[in-house]
Amino acid sequence: MEKDIRQENKPNFSKRFSEWREKRRLKMDLWSRKKPFRRKMYLNRELYVMMFPYLLLFTTFTVIPVLMSLGLSFTDFNLLEWPPGWVGWENYLNLFLEDPIFITALKNTLIIAVIVGPGGYLLSFVFAWLINELPRYLRAVVTFVFYAPALTGAISIWRLIFFSDYYGWANSLLMKLQIIREPITWLKDPQYILPIVILVQLWMSLGVNFLAIIGGLKTVNKELYEAGAIDGVKNRWQELWFITLPSIKDQLLFSAVIQIANTLGVGAVTTALCGFPSVQYAGHTIVNHLTDYTSTRFELGYASAIATLLFLASIGLNSLIRKMIRKVGS
Amino acid sequence: MAKTKAELLNEETTQTQLEEMREKINAKKARRIDSRPFAEISSFKIKSRSRIKKRVNRSKGGDIALFIFLSICGILSILPLILIVNNAFKPLDEIFRFPPTIFVRNPTLNNFADLGVVLGTSLVPFSRYLFNTILVTVLGTFGHVFVASMCAYVLAKYRVPGSLFINGLIVYSLMFPGSVTATPHYIILNSLGLIDTYWSIILPVMAGSLGLYLMRQFMVGVPMEYIESAKLDGASDLKIYWSIVMPIVKPAWVTLIILDFQSLWGTYGSTTIYREDYKMLSYAINQIATAGVARTGTLNAVSLIMITVPIAVFIFSQSNVMDTMAQSGMK
Repeated sequence: MEKDIRQENKPNFSKRFSEWREKRRLKMDLWSRKKPFRRKMYLNRELYVMMFPYLLLFTTFTVIPVLMSLGLSFTDFNLLEWPPGWVGWENYLNLFLEDPIFITALKNTLIIAVIVGPGGYLLSFVFAWLINELPRYLRAVVTFVFYAPALTGAISIWRLIFFSDYYGWANSLLMKLQIIREPITWLKDPQYILPIVILVQLWMSLGVNFLAIIGGLKTVNKELYEAGAIDGVKNRWQELWFITLPSIKDQLLFSAVIQIANTLGVGAVTTALCGFPSVQYAGHTIVNHLTDYTSTRFELGYASAIATLLFLASIGLNSLIRKMIRKVGS
Repeated sequence: MAKTKAELLNEETTQTQLEEMREKINAKKARRIDSRPFAEISSFKIKSRSRIKKRVNRSKGGDIALFIFLSICGILSILPLILIVNNAFKPLDEIFRFPPTIFVRNPTLNNFADLGVVLGTSLVPFSRYLFNTILVTVLGTFGHVFVASMCAYVLAKYRVPGSLFINGLIVYSLMFPGSVTATPHYIILNSLGLIDTYWSIILPVMAGSLGLYLMRQFMVGVPMEYIESAKLDGASDLKIYWSIVMPIVKPAWVTLIILDFQSLWGTYGSTTIYREDYKMLSYAINQIATAGVARTGTLNAVSLIMITVPIAVFIFSQSNVMDTMAQSGMK
């Protein structure tokens, strides 16, 4: 008997909690009825709860950083002094007027972008297109073969090829063919650094964008080709332009977006091949310059200005390319 | 029963003859049908049935030329992989042989034994580095898949206030290289007190937008009828997401696992982690590598170990990756 009474007197927390929740829900319900927008938000509250964890992370690690680097680019923040001083446009002016290395980096990045951007994109497409013709199992193997450089990221092989003494493969080959007499210091010679970086970057460009195009090609309706043959499509090239490309336009666009981000983000390859900084800044890219000011000099205000420019350039280039790709096949 | 060459040849010729005959008959049929209405459609049907005409618009010369081109480029891109595998088993004298060889002649396991010695003498036990990397990889991968797919489900299947804006933001976030946000990342992680913890590597990966984008594109294809009928049966959205949509979009999250796995497995983490016993495997290995020429053999063994895992993961899930990438299109 005693036990039962005690149980009744004891506040039942879970019950009280659910009562409180119900009350609260009713209150919210009434509140939400006042405005249609509010009502919509309230009815979809479960969906918002589901989105919340990711959006919180996304805001913290993508949205806020971009805004932060925009804001910091107008200051002379250096991690030590707080609060940072406001310098207005000075960082940007210095970048273009008083920093010859930045101009070098800009020039290098542009050269790399102009060659590796379209080049890598074209390579991804051509290989994906050729692989698509193969029978199924062979296709899986060949896909792996071409994706291998991006998968393993084995840049060390290139250091072996372009080693500076007789033992380097390129040197030994050229000397055997008697094209050169003395070994070339490939990775220490400003003349060769940029071409080598471009070559390696092209070799590594068959990444996610390549997979996207292969995936897209797999979905193209085979009957379209047969129908095209009846309608007078004569060869591979016509088939490509009139049937294949328009069918995978969406994947092409996605692939282009990834390619642009990759191309403008070139920097790790230079460091891995030629060290940091490369001789006479011959392989210096914007990303290298950014890393320099972030992790060596700690001039974060200045670094943020570089980051902001990089951000604006990527977005600008993307909108341009997206407009171009929408016109394919029309 | 082994057949002689002549018999095989004979069989082949009869096969091709048969096919030619079939072709002729089809062509005759097509000509006969031509006078009827919808001639084109009916002749097309016959055409697609005949086996020789299966591949339209292909010339043999072109096929061969393309095949040769493909194989040359293929060799160039697989070469490093072959070299890594072979180098790991080369004895020291073969590694430094001139001119360099590609294939190993006297395979040995000495390099792996040397690696064991090097690791045995390190200040922090090697298993600790391995544990760090595995922990970060597993937590980061599954955390990202869970969080991103939950958000992708809502973005793909519903239009709630704000979802269009979020979709736009995500597409824009794909467009710039990651180094743009590197500095603010450090500041933010620092102000959250996460420097020198595993979270400093895991959380930024979980916030990645490529995975969310791929998941969303794949989920758009899930028929709304499934979701609606489950709703009528009284399932909540979380339940529908977990037990109906997630099984359907398996290729998408398998792909996501691979992409995350690749990036996390090779992560250095050296910008946010300074404590030696919290450092990652690839960082430790890089330290071994920088010790100089004497460690070349060890380095080769290590490179083989490091690339094995992502390659294995990719091979086992390739078809899933392709299915996902087919849906990656951007309007």
